Parts: sequence; structure tokens; C-alpha cells
Amino acid sequence: MKEIHDFTIIDRQQLGERYFSLTLQHGGTMQPIAPGQFVEVRVEGEPGVMLRRPISIHDVDETRGTLTLLIQIVGNGTRRLAHLTIGEHLNLVYPLGHGFTTQMPTGSRVLMVGGGAGIAPLLHLAKVLKTKAVNSTVLLGGRTADLIPVREAFQPYAKVGIATDDGSLGYKGLVVDHPDFVGTYDIIYTCGPTPMMKAVARSAAARGIRCEVSLENMMACGVGACLCCVTDTDEGHRCVCKEGPVFDISTMKKWYQQ
Amino acid sequence: MLAVKIHNLELKNPVLTASGTFGYGEEFADFVNLNRLGGFIVKGTTGTHREGNAYPRMAETPSGMLNAVGLQNGGVDKFCSEVYHRIKHLDTNIIVNVSGSSIEEYCEVAGKIDALEHIPAIELNISCPNVKKGGMGFGTDPQMAAQVVAAVRKVYHKTLIVKLTPNVTSVVDIAKAVEAAGADSVSLINTMLGMAVDVERQRPYLSTITGGLSGPAVKPVAVRMVWQVAHAVTIPVIGLGGIASAADALEFLMVGARAVQVGTANFIDPAVTMKIIDGLDDYCKRHGIKDINEIIGII
Repeated sequence: MKEIHDFTIIDRQQLGERYFSLTLQHGGTMQPIAPGQFVEVRVEGEPGVMLRRPISIHDVDETRGTLTLLIQIVGNGTRRLAHLTIGEHLNLVYPLGHGFTTQMPTGSRVLMVGGGAGIAPLLHLAKVLKTKAVNSTVLLGGRTADLIPVREAFQPYAKVGIATDDGSLGYKGLVVDHPDFVGTYDIIYTCGPTPMMKAVARSAAARGIRCEVSLENMMACGVGACLCCVTDTDEGHRCVCKEGPVFDISTMKKWYQQ
Repeated sequence: MLAVKIHNLELKNPVLTASGTFGYGEEFADFVNLNRLGGFIVKGTTGTHREGNAYPRMAETPSGMLNAVGLQNGGVDKFCSEVYHRIKHLDTNIIVNVSGSSIEEYCEVAGKIDALEHIPAIELNISCPNVKKGGMGFGTDPQMAAQVVAAVRKVYHKTLIVKLTPNVTSVVDIAKAVEAAGADSVSLINTMLGMAVDVERQRPYLSTITGGLSGPAVKPVAVRMVWQVAHAVTIPVIGLGGIASAADALEFLMVGARAVQVGTANFIDPAVTMKIIDGLDDYCKRHGIKDINEIIGII
């Protein structure tokens, strides 16, 4: 069930200049959250910012009743959120959207490909997949090594590969050119910049590998009411907020071939 | 204390939700008790399935937003055979927003909705700014507006609300024309035609270049237009445009709206309608008002 709730910020980490994470405590019983679902954050105290901001859920601790958001500073809304400090409240509408498929047979070989802020939902996914006894690899790409602290969080759950545009860490180049990208997999999950996800989807389709992409369109309502955030699919316009953000590429040919 | 009447419609309170901002009600069922609403107005429904406009369809602007959804919906037959059966049991007024590109299409949709027992009213959308042959052409000319309303009046026998556009020189002329043609009520304002430019990319934010502005930014214009129309027609007026609080709703009621619609505010606080109803209740208690009708049109 979705709810509107005031969370309390219990931790804040700055990750390079452009990213930060906020860990939020529910204080009561938090709703169950599936990997790939997102929250709509109310931004207060910033004139000109009216709409909530959709943010991926990076990590979930059901026992403690906490969730972590990994946020990239892109505009007035996220810049305001970057100024929040421990102890302040943040109003969320959550959990929203349709997440990743996590019902995979034991021993499945899975690949997660994240780029920039798109790395965010993959940590929760990797943790949940770990409980399914699958064999996980994660490839993290970024312009620079800003998101390196996040890499360590993945290490207990997956084999981790890194690609940076500037070669400041790991493979120098695109994540889709990383040597581990071309391995044999049963499913590939991806979230990140659109050109990266389309390249991943095209490669997966060509290799006959099942693939799920997590899109990030501009949104207003977050619940499938306003129809502002639609993406092209082979079945017509679909709401990223409700029918997505995760889509199986079997219905997305029109999108990834563009 | 909060009950009001729009023609034959009995509303528990004057709070409705605006078409296109509340889906089919179901999307908000986790956040609000739908049965507490005076009613809700479902998404614009056309004769056939429509895909709507290309993405991007939305841009945030100061205290408002532009949209260019373009009437994406599954068509009237899908509404009647699927959606209707999921929501018809609700104990509130479910009103269907009827849209189209021709008089024939408006009549076809209205006729099919007329047959649905649990839909007591339609809102005729002659004011959508986001489709090429859509609606707004009818809503900007008094004779055209009267023509479509008269045609729908012949096939629709329950409460007929006509939604007006602010994108005209005289909204009063349009309101009088649709009243004379048989409308039971008018609702206003639909979105104001607007535009915003992304200067970094050097192009408009919306795929359609222009779109409809909604949110608190339009409220003073809406209050003014509702006040003008309420003084010019005898049928009940429903006010909307930027309502986000009980105080906003009260402004519209005081200038003559018999009911209000909450739109864009649902995106910011999905439970805002409940707070507005509670706020109206509280206001009446604080001011010793026994019947909300006492303050309707006092200005």
C-alpha cells in the first residue's frame, strides 16, 4: 500500500560534488518496498519548486525501518534537498511504481548495469537477489570516480566492475565496453542515462538475453493519474510512474531502436 | 452543513476533483477516502482510444505547471465496459469528462455515458488546449459552444456541466451562450494556454511547444472569471484553478462558485482534498456558519 509519510533524516553522505545520499527513518512500520520502486519527495523552502521529485530507492533496511536515497544534484529541487541536514523531516509518497523482477531460479547468472545516479536502485536489487542464491555481477559506470564509495556497498552482494569515462578508476571507457559486459547471463538489469540503457538493451536483444530497463522521465503525480511521464512502448504510451519505471525490453523495441 | 446542490446533483460537500488530475479515483484510494468527496471527475473520455501527445508533456513553472497530455485515454467503450465496473460502487458522485473533436463525437460519448446508471453527470470539455481539433475551438466561440451544447443536450438527460476555457476575450459571453443552449452548470477555468523555453537546449520544454498552465499561478485569474460568470448566469457555477487549501476553496465559494474542483494540488499532496473538506468544516464552525450556502456568492 502507498502512503504519505514524514521521515526523519538520520544520515547524510556527500559523494563527490554532484551526488549525496540521505538515510531516512520511518519511525513506525514502513511499507514493504520492492527493488526498483521509487519515492516522490516533497521539496520545501524553495520558491519555484512546486512538484514533488521522483527519487530511486537505493537501500532498504526493513528491520530498522529505514530507506536510503542516492540523489544527483540536477536542478533547484535536488539542490534544495542537498541542504537538508540530519534530524530534519522529509515528506515522501512511497512506494511507487513497478520494480525489477526478482523471482529468478537459483544459480541464475544476473548482470546489473548502472550509470551515474542510475546506480541507485541496483543496490537494493543486489541485496534482494543475494537472498535468491543467484550469481550476480554489477557494472558501475560514471564520468569520474565520484560514486566510488557506493562501490563498496555492492561488494558483499555481487562481483563489482567499474568503468569511468576519465579512467580515474577501473576500466577507462563506457560500461558497455567493459570486459564483463559480454559474459553469459540469464538476465540483465539496467538503470542510468538513456543512451547507455538503449545500448544495453540493444546488446541484450541481439544476444537473446532477457533485459529490464528502469526509466526516469519527468513526472508530476507519480501514481498514474496525470499521464505526463509516458514513454513510447510497442504497446503505445505507458506511464513510467505506474507501469514502470522498470520495463521488460520485449515490449520496448520502438524505444531502444530509436 | 457542507452539502450543496448542482442542478440534480446532491454533493456531500463542495469539493470535487478536476479531470485529468485524479485518474479514475482508484489511483488515490490509498491516500483518501473517496466516499468523503463531494465527487470526482474522471479523465477526459473520447469516442475512440487516444495515445495523446509525444513526451515531454509537462514542465514545471513558477507556482504552476504546463501540461500537454492531449487527452490520452482508452475511449468511451473501454470506460463503459471496464473502468465503470471497477468504480461504480463508490458512494460519491462520479462525473465523466466528455471530450471530442466533432459534435458527432461529443454526442456519441455523451449518449453512451447517459446509459450508465451510476454516473449522474457529465462535464463537457469544450476547452482542451492540447489537441489540434480539440475542444477549445468549440469553447472560444459563443455560437460554436452553443451548438455543441444544444446537440449534446438532446442525447444527454442527466446533469450537464460545461467546462469553459479562460483563453477568450469574454468568458461571460461563452457562459451565457451555453446556459441558453441548455447547460445545467458551468465549470471554470480549464488551463490557460502557456509556453516555456529551455534556454540551455534552446527549445521549448513541451513537445507541442505550447500547453495548459495550471496550479496556484492561475488562481487569481480563475477567481476573477468565476466572479464575473456567477454574476452573469443563473445556473450554478463550479470554480477551479489553483485550489490547494480550504482558504482557496472559500475564495471561489465567496465569489459565487457552488462547488470547487481541486486539480494540480493532488500531485503535491495526494490527500489534499481531505484537508480541504476538514478545513471548510472548521471554517464554518469558527464563523458560526450553519450551512455553507450562506457564504456562497457573498461577494
